Amino acid sequence: MTKAKATYLNPTGEINNRRSSYMKRYWQLYALLSLPIIYFLIFRYGPMYGVQIAFKDFNLFQGINGSEWIGLDAFREVFAMNDFYTTLRNTFMLNLLDLIVSFPAPIILAIMLYEIRSGWFKKFSQTILYIPHFISWVIIGGIVYQLFGTQSGMINEVLTSMGFEAVPFLTEKNSWLITYLFTGVWQSAGWGTILYLAALTGVNKELFEAADVDGATRLKKIWHITLPSIKPTIITLLILNLGKMVSIGFDRPYIIGNTAVREYSDVLSTFVYRIGLEAGQYTLATVVGLFQAVVGLVFIVGSNYISKKVTGDGIL
Amino acid sequence: MSERTSNRIFDIVNITFVTLFVIFCLAPFVHTIAVSLSSNRAITSGEVTLWPVELNWDAYAKVFSDHSMLQSLGFTVVLTVATTILCMLFTIAAAYPLTKSNLKGRKFFLYLIIVTMFFSGGIIPEYLLIRDLHMINTVWALILPGLVSPFNLIILISFFKNIPPSLEESAEIDGSSHLNTLLRIVLPLSLPVMATLALFYAVGRWNGFQDALMYVTNPEIYPLQLKLFQMVQNNMVNELTQMEGASRAALTPEALKAATVIFATVPILCVYPWLQKYFVSGVMLGAVKG
Repeated sequence: MTKAKATYLNPTGEINNRRSSYMKRYWQLYALLSLPIIYFLIFRYGPMYGVQIAFKDFNLFQGINGSEWIGLDAFREVFAMNDFYTTLRNTFMLNLLDLIVSFPAPIILAIMLYEIRSGWFKKFSQTILYIPHFISWVIIGGIVYQLFGTQSGMINEVLTSMGFEAVPFLTEKNSWLITYLFTGVWQSAGWGTILYLAALTGVNKELFEAADVDGATRLKKIWHITLPSIKPTIITLLILNLGKMVSIGFDRPYIIGNTAVREYSDVLSTFVYRIGLEAGQYTLATVVGLFQAVVGLVFIVGSNYISKKVTGDGIL
Repeated sequence: MSERTSNRIFDIVNITFVTLFVIFCLAPFVHTIAVSLSSNRAITSGEVTLWPVELNWDAYAKVFSDHSMLQSLGFTVVLTVATTILCMLFTIAAAYPLTKSNLKGRKFFLYLIIVTMFFSGGIIPEYLLIRDLHMINTVWALILPGLVSPFNLIILISFFKNIPPSLEESAEIDGSSHLNTLLRIVLPLSLPVMATLALFYAVGRWNGFQDALMYVTNPEIYPLQLKLFQMVQNNMVNELTQMEGASRAALTPEALKAATVIFATVPILCVYPWLQKYFVSGVMLGAVKG
């Protein structure tokens, strides 16, 4: 087919020179592609080249190439650090708690939205529910302070006015977990419904009609028709979420956390930032980052493999 | 109980729960707005919940008369627009060639890009790269590292692929070059997905915080989020000193903080509803084909 077109476009008889006619047709595409490829090579693969400092005694003056190789010394040092294990534990703990609390919320919400018959109300609620997804963690941090502060936060004002004791949501580690999890549900529950609602658009309406004939109640229909139709989506997302257990964003724990709750809020990403950019231990921080990247990759590939096995669907 | 009444009850309960969730999403904003419009006396005595007490606009007057805040806002707006345009240009430039199955090396380039979705050098090598490129404390450190999001790129590729090939082929038979076809046929048909991606890039830049924290120390190019963060951090210090029983002197008034939070949120809320119908389909496309 290419050849046929090339023939048509080159009526002067250059058919024998296929390479030049190929370049003549495609040079613009390569020119377009070259810019983003250069970007990827410099800004995405460049840092991968820099990963070698995990095996070097890096200092800023000698640079990446000038620093001396030290083998796995830095790894040994990291694996002997208590903070490393604390942050690793916290990463798993916060991700797991987040999964337990934040994973079911969009499923329930999506089913409820699906059951709404009034078109405008559904649309209106969706518009509102998606908003938190677009709010930055810095702003959420500001709002969280207004809501959860011990002395002037709204929630504690309400609690104390009802005769309860004020809860140190921001400064006591166990109460802080509530704050952290609250922000997760608040930010992600609405946005998370999109994929489930998308899966629900494919449900065969005749199933509901048949259930109506059998006299099934709404709850029965949800249990026997709606839930089974989003089950593959639920399983896929659950497995993929388990695959992200070791990766954690920087903004949320860094902004919502603080020194008083560091025992729980310090995670791998904030640890890398703290020892690398604040304390200048570039090699150690790179080791931690590399550890996280490699373990994260293993988790993602593994979960994707399981997902494909179980549901025939994955992301890779 | 008849079927009709049980249906009725279900609808009422369902709508009540959804409404509660909507309120749950909105309440933090409403409270913050209420605080921003209340007097400091009312705030510190804990009278403000969801409605302003002793309504006044002083906090907003202060925010809008704060030169550094306005400068930061102006800078962030320009930065966001410039970043979004550059990101879109680069993403389109990558996506269009990669939809052409005849293109030699297409698979290779695709893999080159997809690998970066699953493995990255980490923030320390990224920081050192930016440092070696002498981009610390320049706007380029905030623009260039995130120029193409592989996720967005895949969304765009799958959208381009859905355009009927007959349209492009007929243009090519008429002698249109690839670039011409892209500009005249493909892009005009892709406005919804481009609006989606532009929104994602713009929101990403507007909300971006970690890169500013790492690369920027010059107050003249402080993005709004970094400026806000310092304020939030003051809050934290306040909370911690309170715990130790110290007094809360010389701190930014609550209303001013709340007004600043609202000030940084409103631009997003202005843009977002107009693009909603586009991005939902964009996200679905990414999820299905990604």
